[in-house]
This record gives sequence, structure tokens and C-alpha cells, in this order.
Amino acid sequence: MRSHIHLRDHHREGQIFSNRLVAAIILVVLMTLILIGRMVWLQWAQYERFAILSEENRLQTQALAPPRGLIVDRRGAVLADNRPDFSLTVVPEQVKDIDATLAKISELIELNDEDVDRFLKIVRSRRRPWDPVPLRGRMNDEDLALIASSLHELPGVRISAEAIRRYPYDDLFSHVLGYVNRINVDDQARMDEASVANYAGTHFYGRTGVERYYENMLHGQVGYRKVETNARGRVLQVVEEQPPIPGTDLHLFLDLRTQKAAWDALGNRRGAVVAIDPRDGGVLAFVSRPGFNPNLFVTGISHKDYSGYREDHDRPLFNRALQGQYPPGSTLKPLIGLAGLQYDATNWSRTIRDPGIFKLPDTKRTYRDWKRGGHGIVDLHTAIVQSCDVYFYDTGVKLGIDNYHEFLDKFSLGRLTGIDIPGEVSGNLPSREWKRGARREAWFHGDTVNASIGQGYVLATPVQLALSTAMIARNGVHLTPRVALENNVIVPGMDVNLKHPNDWARMHSAMEDVIHGARGTARVVGYGSKYRVAGKTGTAQVFSVAEDEEYDESEISERLRDHALFIAYAPADNPAIAIAVLVENGSHGGSTAGPVARAVMDAWLLNKNGELDVPPPLAETVQAQNTATSETPKKSADAGSPTP
Amino acid sequence: MQREYLRQLPSHQRGPMTRGFAWKLHIDPPLLIGLLLIMGFGLFILYSASGEHADTLARQGFRFGAGFAAMFVLAQIPPRTYRFWTPVVFAIGLVMLILVLLVGTEAKGAQRWLSLPGIGRFQPSEIMKIACPAMMAWYFRERALPPKLKDIAAGLLIALLPALLIGKQPDLGTALLIAAAGLLALFMAGLSWRIILLAVIIAAVAAPLMYNFVLHDYQRNRVDTFLNPEADPLGTGWNIIQSKTAIGSGGLDGKGWLNGTQSRLDFLPESHTDFIFAVLAEELGLLGILALLGLYLFIIGRGLWISLQAQDVYSRLLGGSLTLTFFIYVFVNIGMVSGLLPVVGVPLPLVSYGGTSIVTLLASFGILMSIQTHRRLIAGTSSGI
Repeated sequence: MRSHIHLRDHHREGQIFSNRLVAAIILVVLMTLILIGRMVWLQWAQYERFAILSEENRLQTQALAPPRGLIVDRRGAVLADNRPDFSLTVVPEQVKDIDATLAKISELIELNDEDVDRFLKIVRSRRRPWDPVPLRGRMNDEDLALIASSLHELPGVRISAEAIRRYPYDDLFSHVLGYVNRINVDDQARMDEASVANYAGTHFYGRTGVERYYENMLHGQVGYRKVETNARGRVLQVVEEQPPIPGTDLHLFLDLRTQKAAWDALGNRRGAVVAIDPRDGGVLAFVSRPGFNPNLFVTGISHKDYSGYREDHDRPLFNRALQGQYPPGSTLKPLIGLAGLQYDATNWSRTIRDPGIFKLPDTKRTYRDWKRGGHGIVDLHTAIVQSCDVYFYDTGVKLGIDNYHEFLDKFSLGRLTGIDIPGEVSGNLPSREWKRGARREAWFHGDTVNASIGQGYVLATPVQLALSTAMIARNGVHLTPRVALENNVIVPGMDVNLKHPNDWARMHSAMEDVIHGARGTARVVGYGSKYRVAGKTGTAQVFSVAEDEEYDESEISERLRDHALFIAYAPADNPAIAIAVLVENGSHGGSTAGPVARAVMDAWLLNKNGELDVPPPLAETVQAQNTATSETPKKSADAGSPTP
Repeated sequence: MQREYLRQLPSHQRGPMTRGFAWKLHIDPPLLIGLLLIMGFGLFILYSASGEHADTLARQGFRFGAGFAAMFVLAQIPPRTYRFWTPVVFAIGLVMLILVLLVGTEAKGAQRWLSLPGIGRFQPSEIMKIACPAMMAWYFRERALPPKLKDIAAGLLIALLPALLIGKQPDLGTALLIAAAGLLALFMAGLSWRIILLAVIIAAVAAPLMYNFVLHDYQRNRVDTFLNPEADPLGTGWNIIQSKTAIGSGGLDGKGWLNGTQSRLDFLPESHTDFIFAVLAEELGLLGILALLGLYLFIIGRGLWISLQAQDVYSRLLGGSLTLTFFIYVFVNIGMVSGLLPVVGVPLPLVSYGGTSIVTLLASFGILMSIQTHRRLIAGTSSGI
């Protein structure tokens, strides 16, 4: 056996080697087939999937935000536009450690907690990858220099210019234009799928005022850009681009000059002015003072500025013109007079004797006239001119609350006027049903007495007062106040038809005598005017005085004084402006609110040389422009313009 | 008369009857042509994978030149000289591997380099890629085949000792490849199928144990990533996901040369070194892959043919195992790039950019050429020294 070990069988060894070689070849072929099989799987069976993955790697779709539409006044003055602002943005995909990066940035420039919180909220939400997330706006030159010099240490951090909203007139239009500010996660949560896509590149959202109401129109349509990027997100080339459709420019009925006049005339007093063109319902001036600077809100208002506004006793963020609900006081008397005529509670020849107090039959309760001793014998005309309370107590009681409500309701009192500013409130036009529901009490005659002079449960906003004045000026034609020409929302409402249409003219004449009559309560308004004005003064009680108590205004604090009210329209023969003025704690409508109205009417009706020059309604102006520019007459016919 | 006798001899005992110019230069023309084709193909892909970088191409060309010089020189040395020096080189290799562990230069968390004054740095593990199968061939050159149990044990020692030392560096990929080279020689020597089956079973059982107790953290990560690359798509799984995407998106005919978006836009990492196969697959598609595999198979076929023709046991075992090791490189690289195997850092032979591996590979083909061109007219009956 041993010898076998030393004897070698070369033939057998060769055989073994050949066999192993064959086995090796089979193995090599099998393993190669495995590799080929794998390639066939990846490149043939799974080709579609990997082709898509590879394209998704390569191509990024970037949203292009549309430029927001401009807002201009009726003469084309720009009230809101867009200007470039340098802001710091971060692409989270390119940042390894967000916290460390934030810490590094805050060593260079100031980052407040609000910026950081908002930034982190966006970063952690579902968002489009590779999109830069804004961190801080309003970078000044110093900030820019500091960041720019350290940019190489901050991968993923970029300085980007974006268009931000600018309001050139600061607080002048604050309560009508409102403002935009940064779009947030909650805004997006409220949107439907299509809107979310449309806002993919947008950083701002209309928050209040016209900016909010016309958000859809002002925003425009998002565009897209398909870019090829490398693994680090650097754009190598633009593959495909669909430009955004810019937002529509918004033309307002507002008139810069008239607005400015109203603003200045109110001065530092708290109050509101709403002026409406009775010919088309266009809002000429819309002022609530104090206002705020909307520019502060655009890129995020600082805590200090915001709490400054919040804690101010004058409540600058409160839109008095739209949301302030005041007792209309005596400014309601023309409407109550018209109601009395309509329901035969009174007529132009009926007179009563006013001893200074009014007693309801069956009760001991007395109601005082504002004038001690009363106005003596008065008819309706005199009662309007001199603002006789007792005459309207009497008329009101005869009219009854049901008729009262039915008539005044037609003038949008107690209901939304439909003005194109969000957040409007309805005020209150009391009725039996309302009192039963809200107060769980029956309606008393005494309630009617108070309501007859616009006190008690009646509340109206300055917008409502201006609108009802415009409707008086238009002989009851139903109007919807409109801030923007682009508004095509029709608020349902019916024209007011009087039994005796001539009553309009007689009421107009009484209201004219309030200004121009020898004993009118607002004679100060008409002094030296180049046109005739019709109007009515009013005061709204803030502080109820016991029935037989004397009211001494020097003794009570300024905050408890009556609000001064004034409504008017002009020119009396061909009204082109209807106005409501409210001055909080202004005491007397005629002396405080009246001159404000006069300044506003002058600004609108007089030209720069002080001559009467009534501007045409905006629709006519625009139509004239359209006819001038349109080349085919057919086009304007299609647009529905009246045929000559 | 003599010719008649020669014709009757079996092919492995018979030398070629005509010897041309190439033979005198000790060059095997088919092997040379195969290598030139694949290296040309490699440079073609590298040009795209490097981002059309002429410098990279020039450096790679320089390495090819150095490799060819080594191949040509080694082809001149007769196999018996290799046989004589094999134990010495193997011993020196082992000593250097130990030295690497003691005084080696560290790079990328592993001690793989040995700095020699005047020569520069090199990896002793590269020597072992040839010395280990050579030692195996040397050991079995005069022992009866198929090997006895005692010889198998000795063979395992020859294969596993250098592998363990290299695994310590740690360089798992190279360790496994060297062990594979040695074990392939053992396989060629006629290791019984029963033992092979047993070894496969033991390996299957041992794998989870290895995973838990032997592997380093980074090695364990690679295995985890291999098993589930989607678990961390931006971290450790990134390479393999991007690589599979590159291959898959290539389709049948590819995106075209220089047009692979995955590699050219930097989504594919290490695109000109270990992952160059993905570039080829993306740009030239399945057709390009088949062409590459065809070239590899041609070289491997020629290598096995040379081994079959070799006239002594040492040459046969060495030639066979070097050729099969070459195939293992190809398989492991393509397997890892396409997600069949864990990422172990094995370059695609003769195509991937850089490394000492090109010179080592061409050197081993030099030895194959030597085996082919030093055959005697009639094989000796004794393969002893």
C-alpha cells in the first residue's frame, strides 16, 4: 500500500485536472448566466421603473410664482405693488444639521424666534423637496454683507431676491386694502388640491381687506420650470418652462385725493369715513382711524410692533368703517320720516307741538328732546332740519316697529351690504322676532320710541350709513357698495318704491335745509360751498343718561362722550357722492363730523383750482377708455355695452 | 518520424510544433489581443465615467503600460523558476503582511499599506494574490492527487493564513478573494466533491455567527445595506440604489456614450472606480454588458485552455486558479454593483480606474503567458525540481 503513495499516475492526474477544468467551465458559464439574468431583470423587466427613477433624479420641477396683480385707484395711482426684497432662504436637503446652521446664522445676523419657528414648521411639513424655505426677510445691506462673506461655510443657505408687496401710502389705505403676509401651513391645509398646486411657488397670501377678498384674482396662475440638476441640486439646464400667468391688476373706485382728504380731516381722532358714488355704488373713500402700516405685516411683523398695535387703546387694527357698530342716532331720521310717509304715520302738513318731552300713553315714562324746552310747533320738514326728537318719537310710535323694520330693511340696515371687503358685520335692525330671540323679552313701545331716533337697539356700520344715504340720493335705487371695478358679485336687493314718489324730493329739500337752511343743524358744512349739500347730523349715545338727569359734557371723560355722526350727499341736485362720517366721542355731529364730510366732498367734487368739476362715474371712464382702445366695434358689443 | 510520435501523444504532453515570433517573445497572441480589447473598452468607458477627464485617462494608460511591462518581464521567466521561488515569495509575503499590521500606513480606517524607503507605498496583499495560489500549486506539485486529508489541511492553512492576516487589516474583500484563489487551486487539484459540499454547509451555518462575532461594524453595515438598501436610502443604501437605477435605466441599448445621467450628474458614487460597471450599463445598455462579458469570457477561456495545455501540475494548478480568480473578480464586482452581493470594494478588473490591482492582474497574465510559451516539445515525466 505504501508504495502506491510514491507511484504517481500521471494519466489519472491529468484526467482529474481535465474534469475539474470542465466543472470550472460549467461553473463560470452558470455564474455568467446569473449575471446576465440579473442584467435582463434590471434592464429589461424593470426598465420602466428605473428609467422613471433616473428621470426623477435628474429633473426637478420648480414652481414659478406669478407676480401679484397691482392695485390702482380710479385714476391709476398705484396703491399696492411689488418690489424686490432680499431674504435668506435655506434648502433643507442640502443642510446636514439644521440646528447647527441656524446657530451659525444667528451668530452673524439677528434671527428672532418667530422667524425660526415659522421656518422649522415649514421644514417639518410636507413640502416640495429642493425648494428653498424662507428663513428671514428684510435683509439690509449690512446683513447681506455678513451673510455673503460666510456663505461658503453655510451649504444650502442662499440669499434670494423675491418680490414682496409694498404699500406706498403706508397706513392711508390700511383698512380697505388690508395686507398680504407669508403663506403658512394652515392656509395650505384649507386649500383644495388645485389651489395647493397653484400656490406651490407663492410665499404670500392676502390676509385682510381687498387683498384677501380678491386673492384669487390678484394671485394669478403658477408657472413651472423643469430643470436638470446634479446630485447636489445645482441647476445645470432648463429643460422646459411654462411661465406663470401674472395676477390681474385690480382697479379700485377709490380716489387717492378723496381718501387723503378724509384721512387728514379726521386727523388724530378715532373715527371712520365712507364715501360712496351714488351713481354706481363705487366706494370713493374708506377710512378708519387710527390705521396701521400694512408694510410691517408683509414679511412678518415683529412682536414689539404687533403688541404695540394690540395694546393701543385706540385699537388701530379695528376696522371701524366696516365692523364698528354704532347707534345711528338722528342720521336715521330721514329714513324714519320716509317710513312714516309710506305707512301714513305722518305727512308733510301734519304738525305737532314739542314741549321738550314725550310721554307714551298709558305709561309714566318720559322721553326728552335734545333741546330743552322743545322746538314748539313742528312739521316733518322742520323736524328734519332742526332734528326734533319728539316729532320722530310720535311718528315712530304711530308707525310701529313692524313697519319700521320692514322699511329700513330695504336700505340694508341690519344686513350685510355685500361690500367687497371681508369681515363685514350686519349691525342690528331690531324687530319683535329679534328681541324675542336675542333678549327673550317682548317688544315694548318704549323700544320703538328709542328706535325712532336711531338709539336703543339700532346699530349700524358707517358702510351701511353711507349706503343708505346713497340710496336716498338715488330715490331708493338699490345699490351694492363696491371697492373694485372687477367686482361682479350682485347682492340681491330691491329698489325702494314710495307710494308718493314726490316724497323723495321733499325729503331731499329738508336735508338740504339741514345744511343751507337758516336753522339747519349743520350750517357749518355749507358755509362757502360751491355746490348744494343735503345731509343730516346725528349723535350716538355711548353713555346712557337717566331720563331726567342733566348731561354736562365737560364733566364726563372724553371716552364717554357721544359719538358724532354726519351723513350727506352732494351736489344736492345731481348727487355724485354720498358720505357717512363717524367721529368717536366727537359729541356733535354738525360741528365735528360735518367739516370732515365737507373736506371729503370738496376733494371729490372740486378740481385743483377749487372749481366745481364733478368726475364721471368710473364705469363711464373705463368704457370711454375701452372704446378708445378697442379696434373692432363688435368686440365692445359682445362685452354688453349699450348700443347708441 | 519524430512528428508521428508527437502526434500520438495526448495534447497536454505535446508542445506546439510551430513556434513563431510571438513564441520567441514569450507572448500568447490570443490572450494579448483579448487583454488589449478589454483595456481599450475600459478606457472608452473611463473617459465618460471620469467626466471626459483626459488626465485620468493618461494616468490609467500609464498604469496599463507599467502592467504590460511587468507582464512581459514575467512572461520571460520559465515556470520552473517560479516553482523554485514560490515558497520564498510566499514566506516574504506573510512576513510583510505581519509587518503591515505592526507598522503599516493607515488609510480610510484600514492598515493596508507598507511604506518602503525609495520604492514608496504598496499593498503586500497584492503579492499574495499570486503567491497564495502559487504556494498551493507548489505544495501539491508532487503529492498524489486527489489530495489526502492531511494535504487538504495543509492546503487550507496556505489559503487561510494570509486571508486571516489581510482580514485583520481589515480588508475583507481582498481577504476573501485571496482565500478564494487558494481554494480554487485546491479545487483544481481534485478536492473531493463531498468535502466541498460539506464546506458549503458549514459556511452557510457559520455565516450568521461570523456576522455577529467576527465582522467589524463597518462590515456589518455593508451586509445590512446589501440585505435592505431602502432602509437608509440617503445614507448607506444610496450607492446601491443609485447603481441599480443607473443599470436599470440603461435598458437594452443604453442612453448613449457620454449621456448617462446617473453618473454624469454625480448621482452614482465612485463612478470611475468600483462602480464603473454601472456607467457602462447605463450608457451602453445590455448590449454593452454582453460585449464586456464576452471579452471577459474569451480571456478566461484562453486562460483555462493554457492551463489545460500546461505540462506539469504546478503550472496547471497555478494557471487554472489565476484564471478562475480573474473570473471571481468580475463576478464579485458586477454582483455587488447590481445588488446581488454586498458592497466589498472589488474593482472591475482592467476597467476600473487605479490601484495596484491592474499591475498585479497583468502580472498574473504574464505568468500564464510564461506557462504557455515555455512548454517543451515533449512533457517531462517528472514534475519534481
